[in-house]
Amino acid sequence: MNFEFSEDQLFIRDQARNFLGQESTAAVVRSILDNPEPYHQPLWQKIVDLGWTAMAIPEAYGGLGLGYLELCVVAEELGRSLAPVPFSSSVYLATEAIKAWGNEQQKQRYLPRLAAGELIGTLASSEGQGALEVNATVEEGVLQGVKLPVPDGDVADFAVVIARDPNGDAGLYLVNLEGPGVQRRVLASMDPSRSQAQLTFAQAPVERLGESEDGCHALAELLDKAAVLFAFEQIGGSQAAMDMGIAYTRERYAFGRPVASFQAIKHKFADMFVALELARANAYYGAWALSCDAPDLPLAAATARVSATDAYYQITRENIQAHGGMGFTWEFDCHLYYRRAQLLSVAIGSQPQWKDAVASRLLDAA
Amino acid sequence: MDFEDTPEQAQFRADVVAWLDANARRRTDNLLRGMEGEQAFLEAKDWYARKAAAGFACLTWPREYGGAGLTPLHDVIWAQEVAKYETRDAQFVIGIGNCGPAIMHFAEEAAKLELLPRMASAEDVWCQLFSEPSAGSDVAGLRTRAERKGDDWILNGQKIWTSGAQHSDYGVVLTRTDPTVSKYRGLTMFMIDMRQSGVEVRPIKQMDGGQHFNEVFFNDAVVPDNYRLGEVGGGWTGALTVLMSERLAISGVQPTGFPQFLDLVKSLELNGEPIANDPIVRERLATWYSQYAGLQAANKRMLTAVAKGGVAGAEASLGKLVGAVMNQEIANFACQLFGQAGIIQEDELSPEQAHFQKTVLFSPGVRLAGGTDEVMRNILAEQVLGLPQEPRADKGMAFQDIPNGKG
Ligand SMILES: Cc1cc2nc3c(=O)[nH]c(=O)nc-3n(C[C@H](O)[C@H](O)[C@H](O)COP(=O)(O)OP(=O)(O)OC[C@H]3O[C@@H](n4cnc5c(N)ncnc54)[C@H](O)[C@@H]3O)c2cc1C
Repeated sequence: MNFEFSEDQLFIRDQARNFLGQESTAAVVRSILDNPEPYHQPLWQKIVDLGWTAMAIPEAYGGLGLGYLELCVVAEELGRSLAPVPFSSSVYLATEAIKAWGNEQQKQRYLPRLAAGELIGTLASSEGQGALEVNATVEEGVLQGVKLPVPDGDVADFAVVIARDPNGDAGLYLVNLEGPGVQRRVLASMDPSRSQAQLTFAQAPVERLGESEDGCHALAELLDKAAVLFAFEQIGGSQAAMDMGIAYTRERYAFGRPVASFQAIKHKFADMFVALELARANAYYGAWALSCDAPDLPLAAATARVSATDAYYQITRENIQAHGGMGFTWEFDCHLYYRRAQLLSVAIGSQPQWKDAVASRLLDAA
Repeated sequence: MDFEDTPEQAQFRADVVAWLDANARRRTDNLLRGMEGEQAFLEAKDWYARKAAAGFACLTWPREYGGAGLTPLHDVIWAQEVAKYETRDAQFVIGIGNCGPAIMHFAEEAAKLELLPRMASAEDVWCQLFSEPSAGSDVAGLRTRAERKGDDWILNGQKIWTSGAQHSDYGVVLTRTDPTVSKYRGLTMFMIDMRQSGVEVRPIKQMDGGQHFNEVFFNDAVVPDNYRLGEVGGGWTGALTVLMSERLAISGVQPTGFPQFLDLVKSLELNGEPIANDPIVRERLATWYSQYAGLQAANKRMLTAVAKGGVAGAEASLGKLVGAVMNQEIANFACQLFGQAGIIQEDELSPEQAHFQKTVLFSPGVRLAGGTDEVMRNILAEQVLGLPQEPRADKGMAFQDIPNGKG
């Protein structure tokens, strides 16, 4: 038994940490937060140049042919640095959908260009409040409907969309967002360091994504994989926020002693540590299950997701508290993590939905 | 990342399973049939003797001390398999898990060869004599005196909450040998023969009605100097070894109550509806499962580190802190589900032989034993996260000058 990343994977992680430490600084994140730019183009280009978008794509389609474990360690660092780029949409969602269900011709058409960063893709599933409902329709090759929020929907070149055919069966479709019949509107959101859009489709031409039969089932499989990768982003961000709080409270004095020496504060951090360790351990297990497509991947992924979401919320919330008034300012970075925690807690489905998935999968297991 | 056994590990697993099949009953439910006190103790002793004879006791200990000379991963394999059988495999964890490693580290070779093999086979049972009426969390504040007399030490004083003392042949005892220096520097640790006239054990009845722990009085109890563990005045280092080992040992066997809860959710119907359909139950199930699964995986990570030659750090406190609270919360929630019948504690009437009712009453003790929740948080904050220590009122004082609240 070996429950640790390999030397090579840890090397990739260290490199990613160094690179993002220099390139995805708070100033870079804030340049997107404070301005209408949807994402940080120079950072995105450097990430593409490093080959991260190509990582988990097979060599036959212009990728590096590495595995999910490599992608997990990179995800953790992207989360830690709050990288304001469309990586999750394009890599965890669009690329993975095409890898899983694209036919040969679609793979050849999309994957090399996704690997090279020439295309940005996303997933358009949600249609508004509540659990996922699919009302968008496809008839005679054209799509009707409204999707929101679509992550990076304002900048993506194409989207994987879930919609129903005239029989009412849900399926996954590819739609060119630069093409006719697509209207995009940028949505204001709690985390402006990442962009969200509403996409309105009126007679937009689509093609079926490969032979994915049951779209809802396919979507669930896609989101399970993504859940593990998002969990790594969440634990990376959690660690950064906790480190930030520890550093601040050690320096800050009240009543003649460091704030970090007060037990109420110490126990807060102990509880954050516990939540993070549990989340990390679950994410590692999820990574293993993802890397070998283990039979318990659905349960492992949902579990990783649930505990990472809990940890990120708890840690970013209490990090603000531990900072006192400074924590409530725009100037301090506490809110950047808090915002990102909110975004990631609902992206790909909110906590009650994932908790119910854990319960179902646990009870269905023998 | 890889959870596959090596061929050697697979062979070991097969050997374990074959032996367990021949020597234990496969678990039909998650609970041992209600057996308490003396009978449970004797059954556990018998189990350990057989296990030791077969070479499965204390897998990581060197052979000359009664172990099997194997690795922590063999321990994991054993734990995974034995969990499927009805055994009392964790019964002697205080001796084997807490005291054993310190003895191995600090005792003289002759004493190790004499005592450890008998501990490994549970021929001798051991207890841990640290806490005192005026020294629990602040265990270094203890008062039991040990005074040198020729080649012996003479002990006088009182211990409390000593689990299993009534069954014990030996104990590891922490004493004060010098009250004129600071509290941490005046301590010395010994092994003590409990079967002597200077040692008196009085059981204490617990809030749940059980009697697992005791008061222990020393009246001129005698300990030979070759039973000393470490330097005179070096007892605190020894005590920390025991406490760290304890956390590690507990982290493997700490009950969380989750498997019983899962069984309950799968089987129970109330008012004609499976409780598995109740959204509140499902929410709790998912939350606790995410913690339970996290603990299992965190334990695997810790063991991976140990297997690679690292040491288990204070992270081992995690299992106790999370598991003990979860156990209490689950039990309480389950009793709430039963409605007014939740108060009934009868093996025949209450689900899972009243496991949940019993746990409501027993679990508070687990949050105290082996370091309270609050002390665990202090350890995590100070030793793992490096936060500054609390200012201490007794800093720099000789032990004899420290205020004790009794005027
Ligand atoms: C079932 C059981 C079995 C036990 N078995 C053994 C055994 O085999 N051998 C043995 O030596 N001992 C044993 N103990 C004793 C156990 O280790 C102590 O009870 C425990 O360490 C707490 O000490 P105390 O009871 O004196 O409580 P106190 O130390 O008086 O604590 C009272 C309260 O104050 C809190 N507190 C104390 N110090 C701090 C601090 N610095 N910061 C924040 N809060 C603090 C505690 O968390 C607790 O809530 C056992 C206890 C139980 C319940």
